[in-house]
Amino acid sequence: MYQNSLIDFNPYNSLSAVEVGKHLYWKIGSLQLHGQVFIVSWLVIATLLTLSFLGTRNLQRIPEKFQNFMEFILEFLQDIAKNQIGEHEYRPWVPYIATLFLFILGCNWAGALIPWKLIHLPEGELAAPTNDINTTVALSLLTSLAYFYAGLSKKGLGYFARYIQPTPVLLPINILEDFTKPLSLSFRLFGNVLADELVVSVFTLLIPILIPLPVMILGLFASSIQALIFSTLSAAYIGEAMEGHGEE
Amino acid sequence: MDSIVSAASVIAAGLAVGLAAIGPGIGQGSAAANAVEGIARQPEVEGKIRGTLLLSLAFMESLTIYGLVVALSLLFANPYVG
Repeated sequence: MYQNSLIDFNPYNSLSAVEVGKHLYWKIGSLQLHGQVFIVSWLVIATLLTLSFLGTRNLQRIPEKFQNFMEFILEFLQDIAKNQIGEHEYRPWVPYIATLFLFILGCNWAGALIPWKLIHLPEGELAAPTNDINTTVALSLLTSLAYFYAGLSKKGLGYFARYIQPTPVLLPINILEDFTKPLSLSFRLFGNVLADELVVSVFTLLIPILIPLPVMILGLFASSIQALIFSTLSAAYIGEAMEGHGEE
Repeated sequence: MDSIVSAASVIAAGLAVGLAAIGPGIGQGSAAANAVEGIARQPEVEGKIRGTLLLSLAFMESLTIYGLVVALSLLFANPYVG
């Protein structure tokens, strides 16, 4: 409804408009899916798989150009996991943390860099999959599952003793933390990506030439930081679940 | 009744973002000040300090983003209007 008043003020309303919340709906049985999220996600997944496949063909002891680049990325991701989870237990978690980082970075940058407007959808438009709250909530619930699994597999049912440490008075706060951790993870990523897209689209609506560029560059930077934060925090929660209170 | 709800939602959305920007603004300024002091005191760890500073800035930014999400949902996904 407020989009209509914006269009009335805008003398160029035949050239551009801003809309929020329109999705391309796919029906499967009685369920509805947001099609545009799936399309871009599949593209990002295909890109990541292709890059991984190309990087691991003809592995050599002394890495060549592309393999070198992939190993550099891998070291960076291993560092994230190692710093948060600790020297001894980080190896099994590197794939999960690395996939989180690469998928979120790929989604955000694909949404910002690729000219999706060229592909016309019957309803809604293609954009970053992480601008949909469903995507980010799914990712943060995966992290929730991951740190529960980490704690339970390491300590068994003794994991639940964590809730009354250091003092039992903190029990309600610790329980609340189990809800606020995925909530804050999802909202941080969703809010950042959607806010960046909205700012760029409103700027483009008002002044299409040159002015949106600094905001788009800021959006690229901020979304890559958000990917790093999401994966770092996930690793931190996993590390915290696996270790006792007060250890480092 | 509908116009009162709409007016209230618009005021609430403006207040949400405006007030949400105060705290993190102060916090980020303080963090940056301490980071700059750390770099001035020991210039060879500038890389680590910059990395930690950026990470902390993003955490504080997310608090403002929560306010923005509330404002956006009041404007575009308001359950009490229409």
